[in-house]
Amino acid sequence: MNTRDSILGRIREALRAGSVGHAAESGAELGAGSVGIRRFLPKVPDDFPGQLALFAELSANLKTEFLPCADEAAASAQLQVLAAREQWESVACPANSEMQNLLTALTIPKLEVSRSTAMTDLGKTSAGITGCDALVAQTGSVLLTAASGGGRALSVLPPHHVVIASASQLVPDLPAAFELLHRKYGPNFPSFMTFITGPSRTGDIERILVLGAHGPRKLSVIMVGQTAVS
Amino acid sequence: MPSAASKFNTDATRMVADAEHRQMMQQSLTGYQKTRSTNAGRFQDWESARTRAAAIKDEAIRNLDRYLEQFEQKLIARGAKVFWANDAAEARGYILDLARAKQAKTIVKSKTMVSEEIHLNPALEKAGFQVVESDLGEFIVQLRKEPPYHIVFPAMHLTRGQISDLFHQKLGSEPTSDPEELTMTARRTLRQEYLVADIGITGANFAVAETGMISITENEGNARLTSALPKTHVVLLGIEKVVPRLADLALLLPMLATAGTGQQITCYNSLIGGPRSAEEVDGPEEMHVVLLDNSRTRLLADAEQRDALRCIRCGACLNVCPIFRNVGGHTYGTTYQGPIGSVITPHLRSLQSWQHLSQASSLCGACTETCPVKIDLHHHLLQNRRNAVTEKGSILQKLGFKAFAFVVNRPRWFAMGVRAMKCFMPLQHLLNATPADPVWPWTKSRELPAFARKSFRELWKQRTP
Repeated sequence: MNTRDSILGRIREALRAGSVGHAAESGAELGAGSVGIRRFLPKVPDDFPGQLALFAELSANLKTEFLPCADEAAASAQLQVLAAREQWESVACPANSEMQNLLTALTIPKLEVSRSTAMTDLGKTSAGITGCDALVAQTGSVLLTAASGGGRALSVLPPHHVVIASASQLVPDLPAAFELLHRKYGPNFPSFMTFITGPSRTGDIERILVLGAHGPRKLSVIMVGQTAVS
Repeated sequence: MPSAASKFNTDATRMVADAEHRQMMQQSLTGYQKTRSTNAGRFQDWESARTRAAAIKDEAIRNLDRYLEQFEQKLIARGAKVFWANDAAEARGYILDLARAKQAKTIVKSKTMVSEEIHLNPALEKAGFQVVESDLGEFIVQLRKEPPYHIVFPAMHLTRGQISDLFHQKLGSEPTSDPEELTMTARRTLRQEYLVADIGITGANFAVAETGMISITENEGNARLTSALPKTHVVLLGIEKVVPRLADLALLLPMLATAGTGQQITCYNSLIGGPRSAEEVDGPEEMHVVLLDNSRTRLLADAEQRDALRCIRCGACLNVCPIFRNVGGHTYGTTYQGPIGSVITPHLRSLQSWQHLSQASSLCGACTETCPVKIDLHHHLLQNRRNAVTEKGSILQKLGFKAFAFVVNRPRWFAMGVRAMKCFMPLQHLLNATPADPVWPWTKSRELPAFARKSFRELWKQRTP
């Protein structure tokens, strides 16, 4: 018998015995699965301005720099401001035309990631600029995938991660984010999907918060199509 | 070699007298408790969320065979390889063979308690591979050649001074008292390792049956780098990690963060399903998933304690446990510390050698109350005590309890016994707290309560007409 069958065999044997006492208590209730979990989770305003304000508030708490911009021209200008302020020497980005338009005004070297990009080169760039799949108001998270984020490394290897999002990508909560993933990709999901909530951090030394443990020290979210947060 | 129980007693006795350690625990965990209760309070209904989280995990456990098969099938369809390991040796063997086949030199790891459980690092190092832990806390304890102190906070027992000395000694960095500088030293050192590593090993917090993905919860980004850069990604996980649906994570991810570190959600919650696909620019060429039993099916067969398989390893029960906070993580001598460790270690190893952990409890129930998936922890400690005696009580213990049962079932004998004890007390007073004291194991660290002048039965007789 192979190990797979022996483990599955032991599981079936064990399950035949059933459970008693406290171990059995929560058994009956479920059928609902993940339906209705929204009502347990932290409350999110129903309207867009409320959700936007929540995202902005959480971003501030998380040390995410949230930058609403009226249109693409403003976003492009914002990138130039960031480049000057942070003294970027180079940036990395996915190889797609949308991103190229936004970055035309940046005069520093641009690395377009591809199969042949060396990770050591990517690590030397000053910032990684990516798109995303959604922004989650409930948690202040950026949802991105290998498809929208230019692969796995671009959003985690450079010291500064800049996300370009549109205002229409804001979703209220985590259940909505998972619904979106199913709708957009299912069943052929990208091999990598992640919820990014603030810059990389650690509390492993005396439980004191330090930003930039292994991932980016800085996270900026540029939201296009939104002038200001009330 | 001393038994696990006597070592526990020696170490616990030493630790409870260590005021500095207690002060540190107090300091580290006070902040956690505050943010945890703030974030649990943000949930519209934390109690119902706990019930639902328990129910989701129970659904997975009740259909474990079916969900594991689904998880495997989906992952294989996405190009991953799945290996089922009965025990630690099989899991180690698979990973060692893989490392040899890949002619690997360096292996980078992100935090996984299962690899501690199967003693993977010593096996890999013995075979000549360089193994680097990338989680900051794990990196620190690896440099100290120590096991993790806590399943979520591996280096919580160390001060920044100790860490600075360690880095100075091992990495040649300048001494500093700045946690940020220390973190940056580790960052620089480890950055090189990701880039040269041939294999990346991670654990998984959840395994999604519906879509064939693993979910990793972290804050540092080390698991992301470990699963993105090396050509081969190995995932090591226990079979109990499976959850039915992707959408279940909408509840489980924020609950794990809230219970585990007091955050609303951790910095990175990543889903990985397979190696890089044809159209993706990067990611590993191969993904190997090792599904480990290692006595989990034995726990599953325990009808009373099966709910312990719900555990999402958040560490909340450790954080609130008065025993953990006083004796510290290393005293347990187990992979999993605190109440959950005391419950499951007898199942994972052996009941007789590890039942002392179930005795070392005040049964206060703080663990059960805090557990986000409602494991009945403190009752399981009681059941372990019972099981240990039923399975193999000492003759003295059995005779003692028989004699006790005989006496308390016979009022006259009982009254006689009480009188005899009272007569014996003056003698005990003379010997009190000396090794000659017949109740020395008790009196060496506690006071023996004095007998009341009149017994309850005597008082009752006086008051009842």
